Amino acid sequence: MTALQNSRAESPGPTATTKRNQGPGLRRKATGTRLKYALTIAAFLIPSAVPLLFFTIIPMFAAFWISLNQWNLVGPMKWVGLDNYSKLVSDPDTQGAFLHTIYYIVGYLPLVYVGGLAIALALNSRIKGRSLMRGLYFLPVVTSWIVVALVWRWLLNPSTGIVNWLLGLIGVAGPGWWTDPAWSMPSIILASAWKDLGFVMVILLAGLQAIPEDLYEAATVDGAGRWRRLFSITLPMLSPSTFFVVVLSLINGFQVFDQVYAMTGGGPNNSSQVVVQQIYDLTFRYGKAGEASALSWLLFLFILVITLIQVRGQKKWVHYA
Amino acid sequence: MRKQRPSITLNILVLLGALMMVFPFLWAFVTSISPGAGLSATPQLIPEDASLSAYAQLFDRLPFAQIVLNSLLLAVLTTIFQLVTSSLAAYVFSRMPFKGRNAVFAVYLATMMVPLQVLVVPLFVEMKSLGLIDTYLGVLLPGIASAFGVFLLRQAMNSIPQDLDQAATLDGAGHFRIFGLIVLPLVRPALATLTVFAFLNSWNSFLWPLIILRTPALKTLPVALAGLQGQYTTQWDIVMAGSVVSILPMLALYIFTQKYIIQGVAGTGLK
Repeated sequence: MTALQNSRAESPGPTATTKRNQGPGLRRKATGTRLKYALTIAAFLIPSAVPLLFFTIIPMFAAFWISLNQWNLVGPMKWVGLDNYSKLVSDPDTQGAFLHTIYYIVGYLPLVYVGGLAIALALNSRIKGRSLMRGLYFLPVVTSWIVVALVWRWLLNPSTGIVNWLLGLIGVAGPGWWTDPAWSMPSIILASAWKDLGFVMVILLAGLQAIPEDLYEAATVDGAGRWRRLFSITLPMLSPSTFFVVVLSLINGFQVFDQVYAMTGGGPNNSSQVVVQQIYDLTFRYGKAGEASALSWLLFLFILVITLIQVRGQKKWVHYA
Repeated sequence: MRKQRPSITLNILVLLGALMMVFPFLWAFVTSISPGAGLSATPQLIPEDASLSAYAQLFDRLPFAQIVLNSLLLAVLTTIFQLVTSSLAAYVFSRMPFKGRNAVFAVYLATMMVPLQVLVVPLFVEMKSLGLIDTYLGVLLPGIASAFGVFLLRQAMNSIPQDLDQAATLDGAGHFRIFGLIVLPLVRPALATLTVFAFLNSWNSFLWPLIILRTPALKTLPVALAGLQGQYTTQWDIVMAGSVVSILPMLALYIFTQKYIIQGVAGTGLK
């Protein structure tokens, strides 16, 4: 929130000049300068303010309005008040979608964090070909979700995919992956963790490089071993980066969609139906725009509350230098 | 102490991990040049009868070159728009105080919190009433301003000392000149970061183009790819050829801008 704090510390600018011009004869000139200043501000702000107003702020309130109605996108709207919300809360499909989304986050976050941390620690030493390695680990991050989903659908193809073939070589009968209701979420989690690993690694690596070397030296002199240094120095010093990764992963995790849509479409048997997929289906498959908007608002509030709880709770475990 | 030479085991582990990151891409490529892949249960690591027939079929059945161009055009335009709109707004928030400016800036920041999913239905209705369904303008418009971009550039502008523009003001330079000749050149690294983020986001965006585009020839790469697997459920060589085609431009860009991308991402975590 540093953004809001230092915006006051600015040069006085032309406003100060206008205040100095208090003489009666200078009145008109002052108003002219003021008007010019205001017009300049308008010219600078309008190109971004108008799109944000029309494509974010107004639609956001419109979505809330739609969520209070029954509407199929074409016919007339019918006012139902908060009915859509109460219907959703007790709807097993919605509950399932939230559960699958939480399943996704619970599986994804530890995988991507521990994996990313391990690689960041390894790359923070004087390893051979460091920047090449970093580049390779980061490659999936710039690839689109759809490509990742398609490639992993192929890798995890139950009958002809290479993963099950490799598993077969060591005598393990591979699961049905995305074709099996029990394995559809793990398949999505695996592909997502693979894609985001490099992102988490780069964030944590930047955090690691900011830890002062003498801390480690002092600890070693005091006889701290490798693990002790990891838990007593590295992890506490890394907590701001960790906090950033966790908050971002949760915000993005609740909005998981692209890879689900392309890998399973929410199936088989609704076993990987996540919240955003549900919003998409409600709108464009079932024509229930009111319910879809209500669900999207629920999701938004849910994310907001969880993020606020984390920001509040960070004092307990995040140490800023 | 910590920076002692890492053991050989660690080197090998890191290398193995990197291979695991790259292997899916290699495998996608190998599959794309193996006709009939996906039919046999034993994969061939090195295809015996390699051919580019999957690519030929792909370009034959889908206007694929057109689709790549579509995505490229949209990504470039989105990036240019975001650079212009964001830098202009950032200049006001950094250099031109006025009453209520903090409130306006807070509203800008708040728009970052709204997920796209909340906006999808009303945006669709809005575009429909404007007659922009199935048009590029419809895809482009919601992305031409970015609160994230404004925030990023404002931070960069705030870190530039004000002495320079004060000197320019004394010399009679107006805000437009200070913006264009002094401030913008000094925030080039932040502009580069925003360029990369804007381009990647647009290039990879899926939900909004999926909703608004109908005509196959107008579709963007991710949307066309997602449609591809529905059409060719078992022809994995074609699906993988499509994936390879969409990876290549990104890969080329990545190789040349890797440093900027990674530094940009690393920087976002430190704030």
